[in-house]
Amino acid sequence: MGLLSKKDAKLIMDPLSDDNPITIQVLGICSALAITAELEAAIVMSISVLFVLGMGNVVISLIRNIIPPKIRIIVQLVVVATLVIIVDLVLKAFAYELSKTLSVFVGLIITNCIIMGRFEAFALGNGPWRAFLDGVGNSLGYGLILIIVGFFRELLGSGTLLGYPVLGNPIKGELTGVYALGYENNGFMLLSPMALIIVGLIIWVQRSRNKTLIEEE
Amino acid sequence: MALKTDKNSYTIVFAVIMVVVVGTILAYAADSLKGRITENKRIEKQQNILYAMGINENDERSAIFVSKAEVGNKFTKYITKQLVIQGDQVTENAEAYLIDIKKEQAAAKDKSYQRRLPLFIGENEGNTFYIAPIRGKGLWDAIWAYVAMDKDMIVQGIFLDHKGETPGLGANINQRFFMDDFTGEHLMDDNTFQGISVAKGNGDPKNNNKTDFKIDAIAGSTITGDGVSAMIKNDLVHYVPYFKTLKNN
Repeated sequence: MGLLSKKDAKLIMDPLSDDNPITIQVLGICSALAITAELEAAIVMSISVLFVLGMGNVVISLIRNIIPPKIRIIVQLVVVATLVIIVDLVLKAFAYELSKTLSVFVGLIITNCIIMGRFEAFALGNGPWRAFLDGVGNSLGYGLILIIVGFFRELLGSGTLLGYPVLGNPIKGELTGVYALGYENNGFMLLSPMALIIVGLIIWVQRSRNKTLIEEE
Repeated sequence: MALKTDKNSYTIVFAVIMVVVVGTILAYAADSLKGRITENKRIEKQQNILYAMGINENDERSAIFVSKAEVGNKFTKYITKQLVIQGDQVTENAEAYLIDIKKEQAAAKDKSYQRRLPLFIGENEGNTFYIAPIRGKGLWDAIWAYVAMDKDMIVQGIFLDHKGETPGLGANINQRFFMDDFTGEHLMDDNTFQGISVAKGNGDPKNNNKTDFKIDAIAGSTITGDGVSAMIKNDLVHYVPYFKTLKNN
């Protein structure tokens, strides 16, 4: 990355692996469970969080020296809520179809703990440019996990990816593809507990590859 | 200049300024975009109504509306009459599609109010469609539908939508595999209104039986499905008297 200094590049790259918001910081689990039954929903949510966290981190960082410490959490919430409402209104006016796909996620973004977590942990103590990079990095790390979980849940739960059937036709009497060999979709994958189990498996793989992440007894 | 940001007076002043600033920004944004948003919703209603009577751009799998550019012309071409049914009175009203079903339902809780029921009559290739808008509750929020029927209340097409059902589960009520199942289903058993239930394990997953008043449910979205059944039962039933008079004439 020629454009960014090493320190800045680290802000983007770290959340993708060794400081991932979901698997290491354990933030944003709620939305990771709720909306990963479909790959498309996971992608849309990731993009929305990217926008809100990137912008929000910059705003919070700009006003970090004038925020009264006593009500800083309220100020952070107001910033997130304002951004989310503006995004929602603009989408409804200029990209109505997209806003319909997004409708459920808007509320979820406000409650996403990654956003409050990054405001509190990073934006309050760093300049706008670094805060922006941190926001982008963390939402990419969040999106990466969401997309992996969404991929497996949609593939194994519905036999589709982005709505397209990739494993054949599961309707009885017209079986094709792997269904003709006796395979069946696992409906359990569509329910939230399986998302938690997949996140657990990702954490397991990550820690077995990078031993430094394992806490010492 | 070092600000004493932990003073109570500063905190209160900051909070007041923040509320005013944010309030102004949001009010300005909401107001300046209102016109476009209402227009989008109006176009969507026309698209939904046309979709139910089979005027759409569907490919093999996905539900696709007629384009925004064409919807106005097609709406005037195919929707020949818009009626408002209020008790025994039936009046024509070219803006019937703008009637807010939610408001009508709320007003009808007061027994003295006679609910206005919009009905759109469409003509295509010699067939007449009667399209009724209905509204109900899903798991999280509102669900609604436009049901196109023939004069015997046999479903010719339906468009279902929702405000915030669970993605991947209840949200799939607006997908073709679910909506297409309604086509051809009967709503009336001779002279009694039966509705259509979204049923689990009804032994007819391919939906060959069109007179069982059942269609196959989506796994994992029981409450949304029950909401669809209840919406059809409670809301579409108001149109039965009109269809009965149609038959007798």
